[in-house]
Amino acid sequence: MEGAAILDRLRARFGAAVAETHAHRGDHTAVVEREAIVDVLQFCRDDAELRFDMLSDLTAVDFLKFPGREDGPRFEVVYHLYSLPHGHRVRLKVRVDEDDPVVPTAVPVWPIANWLEREVWDMFGIRFDGHPDLRRLLMYEQFVGHPLRKDYPINRRQPLIGPKA
Amino acid sequence: MGVGSFFTSKLDEAIGWARKYSIFQYPFVTACCGMEYMATACSHYDVDRFGAGLPRFSPRQADVLFVVGTISHKMAPVLKRIYDQMTEPKWVVAFGVCTCTGGFYDNYATVMGIDTIIPVDVYIPGCPPRPESVLDGLMKLQDKIAAGAQRY
Repeated sequence: MEGAAILDRLRARFGAAVAETHAHRGDHTAVVEREAIVDVLQFCRDDAELRFDMLSDLTAVDFLKFPGREDGPRFEVVYHLYSLPHGHRVRLKVRVDEDDPVVPTAVPVWPIANWLEREVWDMFGIRFDGHPDLRRLLMYEQFVGHPLRKDYPINRRQPLIGPKA
Repeated sequence: MGVGSFFTSKLDEAIGWARKYSIFQYPFVTACCGMEYMATACSHYDVDRFGAGLPRFSPRQADVLFVVGTISHKMAPVLKRIYDQMTEPKWVVAFGVCTCTGGFYDNYATVMGIDTIIPVDVYIPGCPPRPESVLDGLMKLQDKIAAGAQRY
């Protein structure tokens, strides 16, 4: 299925929950309301025309001080989907406010989301509601802060941890 | 008593001489420097000429800890435990600039030099160091071992 047709199908099915769509050099993107994201992901996986059976990536972007985005929602959580049977892709985004950085979990839809969401929590401090085990993935438990946030000081050193610390 | 102390000092020298030619190393390889370590260890450069040809993959059997590659904060407790598990006498070689100072990594994840965690005997800078400089560092370590300089 063509990228534009995928976006049309999502708009037809979810209406206003698909806030915005765009295409750039053959990559098609839909910005989805936070409340609807799990339904959209479920539909993308199960619909016979779409059949996105693979979550290639789940990550986030911090738009702090990004030109033109200073006032808007600070974070975007990004889902990259791929369909093995159809060979097509789509990108979904959810905008997240700094004051309420919570997104519903995608673990029931794709189990691989478990570690990907843990990484996003670790690096950006975005929590995933309903996640079965939301611990840090890359940094150690004693680490304070979320290092890929744009306001994390690049030179901040944290105390070294000992074997039993 | 004078004779005894004379004899003891010569025994130290003999032990130092024997030790410097039987370096059992533990290669703690975490990153790209490992390739250069392998190049040094293999036949072309042949660390066996210096009696360091047998890597031991148990810290309890090793004399020298070769820390080869970037150490992250999450890896730091593992490195410390490996060092603690080695039996005396023991020496540590910081192999590559990441282990010496953190190298060009200046971020939240990397330890700024392993000497913030464990004591280091020989630093071999380079990104990665040439095998020649590794051998030079190894010979400096041999001098140090022969002189009996170590911490108990």
